Amino acid sequence: MTETTENLHVMNRAALTRRLLAALRNREAVIGGIGNSNWDLWAADRTRGENFYMLGSMGLAAPIAMGVAIAQPRRRVFALEGDGSLLMQLGCLSTIAAQRVRNLCVIVWDNGIYQITGGQETPAHAAGTDIVAIARASGIASAAWAADEAEFDALVARALSTDGPHLIGVKIDAEPGREQTDRDPIRFRESFMRAMAEPV
Amino acid sequence: MTSPAEPARPWHAILRQAFKDHGVRLVPYVPDNVLRPLIEGIHADPFFTAFACAREEEAIGIATGATMAGMRGAVLMQTSGFATLPNVLASLVVACQVPVVMVVSERGTMGEFNPGQAIVCRTMRPILDSLGVEHHTLTRLDEAAFVADRTIRQAFATRWPACLILSPLLTGGRK
Repeated sequence: MTETTENLHVMNRAALTRRLLAALRNREAVIGGIGNSNWDLWAADRTRGENFYMLGSMGLAAPIAMGVAIAQPRRRVFALEGDGSLLMQLGCLSTIAAQRVRNLCVIVWDNGIYQITGGQETPAHAAGTDIVAIARASGIASAAWAADEAEFDALVARALSTDGPHLIGVKIDAEPGREQTDRDPIRFRESFMRAMAEPV
Repeated sequence: MTSPAEPARPWHAILRQAFKDHGVRLVPYVPDNVLRPLIEGIHADPFFTAFACAREEEAIGIATGATMAGMRGAVLMQTSGFATLPNVLASLVVACQVPVVMVVSERGTMGEFNPGQAIVCRTMRPILDSLGVEHHTLTRLDEAAFVADRTIRQAFATRWPACLILSPLLTGGRK
């Protein structure tokens, strides 16, 4: 587990999303944040009913995942959120910490830009803001940067086997999502609800 | 019918019972002075999981996730908090047809002293109407149980969000 942002490898969101899904064995829920986060989730496995893809409502991946986690304490739940999205809803980190949502893991893909709108720098990047440090200061003790792919795998394994809430920060490159989701929110909600009705 | 020996339940007990009748167990909220007795009653009742959120959008997200995972939710807020919600209502609960129930304590009318509240209050019903979200304003204690029960029932039956607006006529409003 890496405490600081020095010596972090810049990784690839699509590749790590595939690594995450490969580690899931027990119908874990995965909430994909808007844009590239959910496009790479879709590309990694569009047949997976436990994936939920957001259309808009930027910043709500972690709150939606928190709701799923509270409703189903036995299921592990992941939120995949961009750094710019999380910046819109930083207060949710305190809410997650306050409720001690032990089966929740928030993964933050941090490339320091608003990639989808043309790659503009985020104010957090300009200021040198450390998102993992914010999470820790918000009360999420199990918050760490993943220095490389092996550490990412180890942190995911920890999120699957120990009490959270967990947050994993990942420095990623600027590669856009390769495949866009269908824009079919009612189908996504229905298939997600059907999957959530299956026991863990 | 309420007999003279049985004093009428207050509005907050009526709402709490309507939540229970429809299995609404999760109540994320942003605090409000008028909502205090409802929030306190919900916290005191082990049937519910209730907690404060930093922002109304977040509370809608949490209730949406829980509802999709089988735990029904209602979000409590004040008028000005509702005004922060159009984007997430449009792109999440309405687009995905998730029956999240909203309860808004109405400020900005009936003797409001704060011009900001008065102006933002005028945006609430047009936003709900433009999103096609059914809303009912509770003004009378004798109608409150019926309106709350039927509004929540319809939200879940039709998989569509709904909003109950608590008028100062019902709650007494902010003193």
